[in-house]
Amino acid sequence: MARLTINGKTLEVHVGPSTPLLWAIREQAGLTGTKYGCGVAMCGACTVHLDGKAVRSCVLPVASAEGKQITTIEGLASGSVLHKVQKAWVDYDVPQCGYCQAGMIMAVAALLKDKPKPTDADIDAGITNICRCGTFQQVREAIHAAAKA
Amino acid sequence: MITNTPKIDRRSFVIGTAAVGAGLALGLKIPFGAGVVRAQDGSPEINAWVVIRPDDTVVVRVARSEMGQGTLTGLAQMVAEELEADWTKVTTEYPTPGQSVARKRPWGNFSTGGSRGIRESNEYVRKGGATARVMLVQAAANAWGVPAAECSAVNSVITHKPTGRTTTYGKVAEAAAKLAPPAEVALKDPKDWKIIGKSVKRLDTVQKVTGAQIYGFDLKMPGMLNAAIKDCPVFGGKVKSFEAAKAQGMPGVKHVVPVGDSAVAVVAETWWQAKTALDAMPIIWDEGANAKVSSATIADMLKEGLDADQAFVRTQVGDVKGAIAGAAKKVEAVYAYPFLNHAPMEPMNATAKYTADKCEVWVPTQNGEAAFAATLAASGLPADKCEVYKIMVIGGGFGRRGAFHDYVTQAVLIAKQVPGTPVKLLWSREEDMTHGRYHPVMQAKMRGGLDASGNLVGLHMRLSGQSILASVFPQNLQDGRDNATFQGLDPSGDFTLGYTVPNLLIDHAMRNTHVPPGFWRGVNINQNAIFLECFMDELALAAGQDALEFRRKLMTKHPKHLAVLNAVADRAGWGKPAPQGVHRGLAHMMAFGSYVAACAEVSVTGGDKVKVRRIVCATDPGHAVNPAQIERQIAGSFVYGLSAVFMEECTVKDGAIEQTNFNTFDSMKIAQMPKVESVIMPSGGSWGGVGEPTICVAAPAVLNAMFRATGKRIRTFPLKNHGYQMV
Repeated sequence: MARLTINGKTLEVHVGPSTPLLWAIREQAGLTGTKYGCGVAMCGACTVHLDGKAVRSCVLPVASAEGKQITTIEGLASGSVLHKVQKAWVDYDVPQCGYCQAGMIMAVAALLKDKPKPTDADIDAGITNICRCGTFQQVREAIHAAAKA
Repeated sequence: MITNTPKIDRRSFVIGTAAVGAGLALGLKIPFGAGVVRAQDGSPEINAWVVIRPDDTVVVRVARSEMGQGTLTGLAQMVAEELEADWTKVTTEYPTPGQSVARKRPWGNFSTGGSRGIRESNEYVRKGGATARVMLVQAAANAWGVPAAECSAVNSVITHKPTGRTTTYGKVAEAAAKLAPPAEVALKDPKDWKIIGKSVKRLDTVQKVTGAQIYGFDLKMPGMLNAAIKDCPVFGGKVKSFEAAKAQGMPGVKHVVPVGDSAVAVVAETWWQAKTALDAMPIIWDEGANAKVSSATIADMLKEGLDADQAFVRTQVGDVKGAIAGAAKKVEAVYAYPFLNHAPMEPMNATAKYTADKCEVWVPTQNGEAAFAATLAASGLPADKCEVYKIMVIGGGFGRRGAFHDYVTQAVLIAKQVPGTPVKLLWSREEDMTHGRYHPVMQAKMRGGLDASGNLVGLHMRLSGQSILASVFPQNLQDGRDNATFQGLDPSGDFTLGYTVPNLLIDHAMRNTHVPPGFWRGVNINQNAIFLECFMDELALAAGQDALEFRRKLMTKHPKHLAVLNAVADRAGWGKPAPQGVHRGLAHMMAFGSYVAACAEVSVTGGDKVKVRRIVCATDPGHAVNPAQIERQIAGSFVYGLSAVFMEECTVKDGAIEQTNFNTFDSMKIAQMPKVESVIMPSGGSWGGVGEPTICVAAPAVLNAMFRATGKRIRTFPLKNHGYQMV
């Protein structure tokens, strides 16, 4: 049993304390935008925000997320208004298969909080998500576009 | 728990007023006939490809699968072009394989692989759009009591030219659906295309950025249980025993079941519970004789094939042995290419529900019909009692989800043991990495002979390694020979060799292993392009000639190959000084009906840090349907191909694959991404592939540039094994 606050809503999840936050989000809260890719924090498909910082939820025990604000891809937009990163993603037609893109977008949204005008070097250092479709050129373009928005 | 009803449920069709089941049993006389065929929402089907809603929405049916490559959008462009549809009103849906069977395959092949999505279906898909347009115009003409020849359609609006009257597709769709289709329709001249050839935006983006897109991994159904599975780590091995009691008492666990004779699954309320219990449960495997196999024993077997007397000959011109024996200069080199896993971001999965008289499967698949066949076989039920619902979007395919539906078989076998309950089977990444259908392992011995002037007088390319067809489609072998092994080296067709060599021998010593091979994006062009194009640079060096000039002399009879090679050389500035510390390399190939070339710019610092700065790529796919998406496929294919050549291999120890996750099977990150510049140069008249062809030129172009930077020629991969790091 754990008490989580996801996208502003608090709920109790019936899982053991060591259950990764990813699976509480997907299977308890029912929010499936956050993806499983590797389970070992290598790929970043599971990236969510914990108190505004990007974390890889597949290795984060539920217990350590209690009492913190968890934001998932479903909570990034303000109602029907897309977050500037999401909007840039649409404008630049970034996703291919799209499976990794929720994690990528969450990582980028956190990066832009820290570095509102990131350089290419900032992007290289800050965005380490795996995308097997390889849509990195559009990701970079869209990050710069979002930074200007 | 929140329940998402998968969208695909709504997308199944109701045939006239008959229930779907009854219609299937009777065998329907559609798509064209007396009754109007209706989509589930009641909108009329003009024909199998086009449904028009009263609000003028155009629903285009797409049989091929969207796995990221933009096929859905490209195929919709084809239909919409001939339909004269308003592109802003176009949406898409998938027909189901069960409906295809019942309707005698009006949508043709469902297979989405081999870069065939558009190149194979373009004609009948366009005819589907044109036929529907003719029927809609006829319906409007009938309503007005005028000849159809006086009417025309643009942007979903039909105009009677003499009077200026107009109507819309939505208003005449009901009447059009009742008309007999024209026997013949003319397709537009490519010069008149308005939608084909345009960089329209993809149709499937918004849901992918909000998290709303439902992938197979995300399905939820009332009462659904989740399954985690472990298959024997050694291919061909079996389960000897497992301690079900250890898992059965754990939280959420409902069932522990054998799956075939080689796997065990735990079925629980949630997947995490299932996986946790599975990991805690001891399983003893009967690994069988394959447990003795290792990468070293496989390499030895292939090495023997390099000089074996017997081999399948693909191309033999002149007397290659005599020509090389008599050559002024001989060059010889041995290359090797490893097993690779597809590693799509979404691991394998399928959801199945089985009852005594119905088996339904929801699955991300590149081939709905193959998934359907697997469902029939595993369920033991006939076709009219099975259905497969393709998940609208696949989290990466790359060939893994086309010919192989082992995960569908498993899901059905599990569901049969839990009748009436939908079961979602998800593979862990570890299961996915160790139970792939791997890029075939291959070695090549390259032998070349140069005359005193440095002309190539003889070339022998001996391949030794795995055949995909022998394992997957043995019926497609030709007298035992696997022609797919020679992709890019063929004398003619969609994979033609771009060189004319007076004495030429290309043959294959087939050496198969217990590791199952599969079609991995680009398939055999990946290694063939490295073998051939790196060796061409080795020959040019031995001849003391420029790599481009050396190639050009052999390409005079291959103008389209030459055109793309010249294009990248010109754009990249071949022959002009590169920036300090930057070195260039070239490669070209023809594959899947497209001519492709690349010029890479690379710098190597500290002896081992390799920066791929820029790659100029040219492609001539005949017709270019959506240039913006082609650019994305070029750059994306380079990520897949360069990840492989720099950092990926699957090695075998005690019969099992050693790499289990991205920590040992890495993939490029944004920091390693070169600047990719695309030159799209469609010469018309043919339909080449886009998803795969370009993948093969990145690696040899980079390797040739690395040689110029380091003076060292690397012939075995990945490069990380030689200490090189991609930065």
